[in-house]
Amino acid sequence: MIHSLFLVNASGDIFLEKHWKSVVSRSVCDYFFEAQERATEPENVPPVIPTPHHYLISVLRHRIYFVAVIQSEVPPLFVIEFLHRVVDTFQDYFGVCTEAAIKDNVVVVYELLEEMLDNGFPLATESNILKELIKPPTILRTMVNTITGSTNVGEQLPTGQLSVVPWRRTGVKYTNNEAYFDVVEEIDAIIDKSGSTITAEIQGVIDACVKLTGMPDLTLSFMNPRLLDDVSFHPCVRFKRWEAERILSFIPPDGNFRLLSYHVSSQNLVAIPVYVKHNISFREGSSQGRFDLTLGPKQTMGKAVESVLVSSQLPRGVLNANLNPSQGTYTFDPVTKMLTWDVGKINPQKLPSLKGTMSLQAGASKPDENPTINIQLKIQQMAISGLKVNRLDMYGEKYKPFKGIKYMTKAGKFQVRT
Amino acid sequence: MDVGFSLRSEAVGAMRTAMVSAENLQLTLKPELSQEEQALTHSNRSPKETHKVGNEDLKEMLESNKESLKLEAMKRVVGLIAKGKNASELFPAVVKNVANKNIELKKLVYVYLVRYAEEQQDLALLSISTFQRALKDPNQFIRASALRVLSSIRVPIIVPIMMLAIKESAADMSPYVRKTSAHAIQKLYSLDPDQKEQLIEVIEKLLKDKSTLVAGSVVMAFEEVCPDRIDLIHKNYRKLCNLLVDVEEWGQVVIISMLTRYARTQFISPWKEGAMFDENNEKAFYDSDSEEKKDQMEAKTYIMDPDHRLLLRNTKPLLQSRNTAVVMSVAQLYWHLAPKHEVTIVTKSLVRLLRSHREVQYIVLQNIATMSIQRKGMFEPFMKSFYVRSTDSTHIKTLKLEILTNLANEANISTILREFQTYVKSQDKAFAAATIQAIGRCATNISEVTDTCLNGLVLLLSNRDETVVAESVVVIKKLLQTQPTQHSEIIKHMAKLFDNITVPMARASILWLMGEYCERVPKIAPDVLRKMAKTFTAEEDIVKLQIVNLAAKLYLTNSKQTKLLTQYILNLGKYDQNYDIRDRTRFIRQLIVPSEKSGALNKYARRILLAPKPAPVLESAFKDRDRYQLGTLSHSLNTKASGYQELSDWPAVAPDQSVRNVEVIEPVKEWAPLVGKAKQRKSDEKFYSDEEEEKEEEGSDSSGSEDSSSSSSSSESGSESEEESSEESEKTSSDSGKSSSGSEQESSSESESQQKKKKKTKKAPQKKSKPAAADSDSDENGNGPVAPASSSSADSSSASETDSEDDSDSDSPAVQKKKSDVKSKPKVEVKSKKEVSLLDLDDFSPAPTTKAPKSAVLSSSLLSDLEGLSLSNVSPAIQVTTPSFGPVKTYELLHHMTGKGLSAKYHFPRQPCLYQPSMVAVQVVLTNSSDHSLEEIHIGDRNPASLNLHCFNTIERLEPEASVTVSMGIDFSDSTQAANFQLCTKDDQFSVSIQPAVGELFMPITMTEQDFSKEQGKLLGMNETSETIAMATANTSSQAISKQVLSVANVGVVSSTQNNIHRFAGRTVSSGALVLVSLEMKESSSALLTINTEKSVMASMLLRDLKQALAQA
Repeated sequence: MIHSLFLVNASGDIFLEKHWKSVVSRSVCDYFFEAQERATEPENVPPVIPTPHHYLISVLRHRIYFVAVIQSEVPPLFVIEFLHRVVDTFQDYFGVCTEAAIKDNVVVVYELLEEMLDNGFPLATESNILKELIKPPTILRTMVNTITGSTNVGEQLPTGQLSVVPWRRTGVKYTNNEAYFDVVEEIDAIIDKSGSTITAEIQGVIDACVKLTGMPDLTLSFMNPRLLDDVSFHPCVRFKRWEAERILSFIPPDGNFRLLSYHVSSQNLVAIPVYVKHNISFREGSSQGRFDLTLGPKQTMGKAVESVLVSSQLPRGVLNANLNPSQGTYTFDPVTKMLTWDVGKINPQKLPSLKGTMSLQAGASKPDENPTINIQLKIQQMAISGLKVNRLDMYGEKYKPFKGIKYMTKAGKFQVRT
Repeated sequence: MDVGFSLRSEAVGAMRTAMVSAENLQLTLKPELSQEEQALTHSNRSPKETHKVGNEDLKEMLESNKESLKLEAMKRVVGLIAKGKNASELFPAVVKNVANKNIELKKLVYVYLVRYAEEQQDLALLSISTFQRALKDPNQFIRASALRVLSSIRVPIIVPIMMLAIKESAADMSPYVRKTSAHAIQKLYSLDPDQKEQLIEVIEKLLKDKSTLVAGSVVMAFEEVCPDRIDLIHKNYRKLCNLLVDVEEWGQVVIISMLTRYARTQFISPWKEGAMFDENNEKAFYDSDSEEKKDQMEAKTYIMDPDHRLLLRNTKPLLQSRNTAVVMSVAQLYWHLAPKHEVTIVTKSLVRLLRSHREVQYIVLQNIATMSIQRKGMFEPFMKSFYVRSTDSTHIKTLKLEILTNLANEANISTILREFQTYVKSQDKAFAAATIQAIGRCATNISEVTDTCLNGLVLLLSNRDETVVAESVVVIKKLLQTQPTQHSEIIKHMAKLFDNITVPMARASILWLMGEYCERVPKIAPDVLRKMAKTFTAEEDIVKLQIVNLAAKLYLTNSKQTKLLTQYILNLGKYDQNYDIRDRTRFIRQLIVPSEKSGALNKYARRILLAPKPAPVLESAFKDRDRYQLGTLSHSLNTKASGYQELSDWPAVAPDQSVRNVEVIEPVKEWAPLVGKAKQRKSDEKFYSDEEEEKEEEGSDSSGSEDSSSSSSSSESGSESEEESSEESEKTSSDSGKSSSGSEQESSSESESQQKKKKKTKKAPQKKSKPAAADSDSDENGNGPVAPASSSSADSSSASETDSEDDSDSDSPAVQKKKSDVKSKPKVEVKSKKEVSLLDLDDFSPAPTTKAPKSAVLSSSLLSDLEGLSLSNVSPAIQVTTPSFGPVKTYELLHHMTGKGLSAKYHFPRQPCLYQPSMVAVQVVLTNSSDHSLEEIHIGDRNPASLNLHCFNTIERLEPEASVTVSMGIDFSDSTQAANFQLCTKDDQFSVSIQPAVGELFMPITMTEQDFSKEQGKLLGMNETSETIAMATANTSSQAISKQVLSVANVGVVSSTQNNIHRFAGRTVSSGALVLVSLEMKESSSALLTINTEKSVMASMLLRDLKQALAQA
């Protein structure tokens, strides 16, 4: 399926290549570079590019293009999903997935890629299995290895491969048994000029960090499972149990994993945590524009809105912005025309505002469209949909684990049109 | 060489030439070179040389004795490979380390080998023996890696070795190795396609594999090697469907797309006009009752093949997968296979994928775009999910726009247009232009808004951005074409704007509009032409063509004003650089300017040029994409990718569905051999032919399936057991159960299919068998009219019930209850009259005997089928099970002499009584041996009066020589006291009595050995009866013992780990008291028989019966 993989950095250099079948010359990437040149933005490179003899399917993550070379018909999502899984694995192993990290760990990268695909078909993509095959590099381990001559590579077939719970390795031992669950919800919204909501929906995930000895069997139940409209599970979750009782029952993988992602049914009204008062105007003929932005909390259920970050792509004609924030700091990049305002926490008594003028290119006509404002924010200890975990039980093991649940609400794709 | 030495003192220049000319020379010279000379030669050499020096260094490291150095060297080599540098000259040094003990080093050598073996074939052969040895390694991981590397070495000479290795590994114990062999198949095939036939054999074998690990890989191999061999899939279809949920995610994608293709060739279309569909089918997964009933109802319209439904049902949960590729493949499967109304269930999942990465969004949106053309309704509720955000990348924006346009209808158009207004102002001008096109499409599709859109577009003409204006012009042109009459104002407006528009396409469009509607703007058109004549030479080609067109049209309509202008333009065109324009000019000139040469065509010039033109249809770019299977690369590119497998059309007539049936393999349960034996023995002496017997069976079974409740219960249990099994399999990971489950699995699916077959052949056989069995009890199988839902249906239900129960350690109480309702089949024994019983056996016993194993097969198969691969031995709790079977013995109730022609025989079918759980089912065969018909046969007074008896319905008339089987239920209250009652006809009354053997008062249960011991521990002392008995020598094998015990008592076999102890368990029918029988074999054909039960009277009677039975041969 996947013939070869090329890693291309932002400046268009191939810095790693791996072939699973016969070697494909790296000149095949020329077609990719061509498409890259044609695209104005890095994101605009089409994910699927046909060439006379091959097809290139690429993903862009962390400013690295992962270009897979395909020779014949294959579902493109299959390749895309796999490439993303590769990136996730790298991130898992090296903490970050950057060109430098990959170059530093090129041997581990190669070993990983070798295990993840056989003849272009995915072999082992489960992080638990891979970690048994190839241990993640740590400073300590590298030192031990150099001294003792032991290796990073497992000699046995990972226990998960053959078991019916391939995601969990056997023989897990911890002195402190803990299970943490983070319920993170993101609000995707488009707010129009007048402040009314055009579309708003809530997407949530439950990320887990489970460090439990043995083979624990967990069940997690919700106070209000009806809120969940559409869900997708980690393979460990028993689907039937969910269908019948709306209970998440699973033997968890060891370590960090995403247990569930969900979509809150669209019938429910979405609470919009902040409002934006804006007045951005350009006058015809003048080289000045006015910029006036005020943020305020709206429906936050008494919780503080934190880590607020406002960004906006100003029109091309804007040369510079001379603004005055009531709190936080702002930056304006004259090249990309990106205005970023790091607000921090919103104080309901004293609303943060950003006021000032923008200088426009002399002679340039008034921009047609006012910029869209993107907002990021965080609200701790609250899931905006009202989702609540009822209880978490463990079966199959004797000890008493420490359990923790954390709620958080974030802004996802939260846009205000002006 | 001598030359070199003599040269030593000579000039350096000469020396250098010599060096360059001969490599050998140079080498010999090298040590003798002076410092100065060395410096010179060094500088002279290319950087390649320094590189070589670097590799030299690596070579040394690789050849050193220190492992750490070797490893370090290999790591650097891998670094070189990763960078795409050539490291092939190190091959000999690297290949030596292939047998190294250090696993990491070995792995890296493998990486190297796979990369360079193709280039260094001879040297690569050196490593082969190492892999061949490793293929025999006890460690499965080593075996698998060896096979992986061996098959990745693309050296044609080792094809036979690879072939052998693949064949061996395909039969390996470890599923992981088998998986690797499936991958190796594809590699070998790409290396040497001539091996196809042999490889197909291996694929065929691996397709039968029950391992979820193997399934995905082998289907992948199938798709690569022989995607057209659909016949290989038939037998494995159901297995694949059932395993699907447990297969790893990548395998799921491959299997689903293969099954989509398969289904399109094997099932008939569910989309037929007028076909009724079962709305509740989705629910049916969880609640099979409705499905079963509905299916029956719709039998006349369209029945989806159960296998078709199986596929849809088993793929549905995968919509919840976290893997986007899996979700997409299920979505396409539903799109291509499901009845139209069911497709909508994929919508939500697809919309969910839009939250994922940009690339995923791109592909999903493409597919949604194609879907939304055909099925607006599917995505309309999610319209807002397709609203464009300023942060989306351009191709995502365009796709969303496409979808929004597709979704537009009268109801939502105002919302969409408002949204579009925002987009038009976007800074991304390409996107703004696309929006204008979209507005155009909305305007043509929805006539209500055409005017609104047109006005909006005209406003856009004054936009500052020229791409926006140009796009608007083009779209307006298209719109005007659809209804030109009212819009001369707009044309005038555009003419005014003409000078400011620079985009060629827009200018061309305006010119075309002028020409087309020149009669509506008679004053302006010639003026425009005048302006164009001035700028003709400076225009783009596309504009020039339109100028020529405009000139020609004006010439025809208004030649007075424009003749000169036209001629001028035609002259300019004649000498244009572009041949298209020259060609057009020549053509137009001939057409419009009358001359001698131009013939008849001239007259038609007006009709040619000013013909009414059909309005363009503004179509989606995704209009024709549906010719490709959704989710494929071809669909994404809108061109056929190499290796694309066309999705065939539905067949008009469904191909034979029995091809998917799997052959029965006798289940490997303890009692299985017994069955086989009994059957064989019987078939030797069979009275009726095999065929007929078969039909009888069918008849009886079919009555079971006819009964909706029974069949539904069976299917219910199916889904239940599936649930359980999945849980089970999660809990137990042992390979141990695999082999046994394997065979069971096959047999199970077989039996399922058999049942289906039976359904088809309903009724007819029943009729057939009746007259044939007139004199005997053979009618037993076909249920008499009196008791329509008796034996067989109960049988099947009980069987399936127990199956599902088998797996679950602890089940819901409700089911448990149900279970206990369902009692075992009591059985009748003939104690005297051996010959008669033998004959009787031949006549009718085949049915129960064969039936029972079948139901058992069904059950075990069902569960194993569903359980997938990793079935382990499950420990069932104490449960009522299917009755074991033995020869059914018939007793005489009423002799025809005493009964004045009416004779009655009865036997215990050992089935749970339908009427009351505490009753024992009894089947009575009434035969009229007289020469006149008997009327109103019924049951009269009973004695004792308190006797709880379920009578059969009165038989109105029994013709001479006819016989009828009726079922009754008698509550014996756990005693062998005879039940006395009167059998009455219209004229007579006969007192009869049924005295049950103690063994018939039980129903069998299954339990584990541990449970057995535990329960036995509770029933000691008074509750224990034991005796040492003599065993007939023929009865020493465990099979023979079970057979004898089961013939006496209706109990269940408890599987035992000890060879010398046999255990049986049952419950009394009325009170439900446990009855535990254990038989401990002693020396010299004696045995200790122990019975533990609260019912000590029954125990002693049972002991006596068993003693007798076991003593006789």
